Amino acid sequence: MVGPTHYLVLAAVLFALGGAGVVLRRNALIVLMSIELMLNAVNLTFLAFSRFPLVPKAPAALLQGHAAVFFVIAVAACEAAVGLAIVIAAFRSRTSIHVDDFDSLKL
Amino acid sequence: MTTPNYAETILFYLFAAGVLGSGAQVVFRKNPLHGALSLVACFFFLAGIYVLLAAHLAAILQVMVYAGAVMVLFVFVIMLLNLKEEEMGQEKMTAWKGIGLVSVLAAVGGIAWKGLWPLYATGGKLGDMAGRFAGQAEFGSVKAVGRAIYVNSVLPFEVTSILLLVAVVGAVVVAKGKI
Repeated sequence: MVGPTHYLVLAAVLFALGGAGVVLRRNALIVLMSIELMLNAVNLTFLAFSRFPLVPKAPAALLQGHAAVFFVIAVAACEAAVGLAIVIAAFRSRTSIHVDDFDSLKL
Repeated sequence: MTTPNYAETILFYLFAAGVLGSGAQVVFRKNPLHGALSLVACFFFLAGIYVLLAAHLAAILQVMVYAGAVMVLFVFVIMLLNLKEEEMGQEKMTAWKGIGLVSVLAAVGGIAWKGLWPLYATGGKLGDMAGRFAGQAEFGSVKAVGRAIYVNSVLPFEVTSILLLVAVVGAVVVAKGKI
């Protein structure tokens, strides 16, 4: 029997994978993709709690979790578009997408 | 639930293995194109998990928006940049990265231990509550979620449309050399 814990553990491991990608990888594109992984882990948590609520709730209230997923997907699409535009602009000025090369603010 | 639902369990572990396997490929593959295609596979497996959670609209949005639109954008940018080996940069393991990895794992492990272990103890009771949705074919459908969005979250919905407009204009302004 698959319960809420299964989905939450899967979401936690997926979030850790994404976090490890952001921390470990220096390729800006892979950092952006790892952020997408983390956003998806959050979506999975929303949907898991919508399906398995901790306190009894009316179905209309439970569907707020699905609405939150809708908004997260919209924000993630915006983030990907702007993030990739920044990667292209940075590649133009530095001919590299290595995040260690983006250090103009360093004194 | 009166009878144990083996199909759900088998499908869950199948999809979970796919999600974690392809997610690990995203993080650990050297070539970003391999990572992007693994991420597409990861999103498809996640859509399967969403269907198991009775979130049908979320599953369709996952496939259309993520696996369709966002990943096409990623693959397009990877091919546009056409990176050579030396431009991708050298991945090297430093002490700071090790500290960061350990702290990420420790934070997630702490959350799993403190937050999820008490939940696991009461898992059977929570699992029974899922039976309440067995008769509700509408739960997670376009109609039900649409009602939740348009009745209860109209303002966030409209703000999202403005955000999308700003992102479109911002992406063009940032990526274009000179206007």
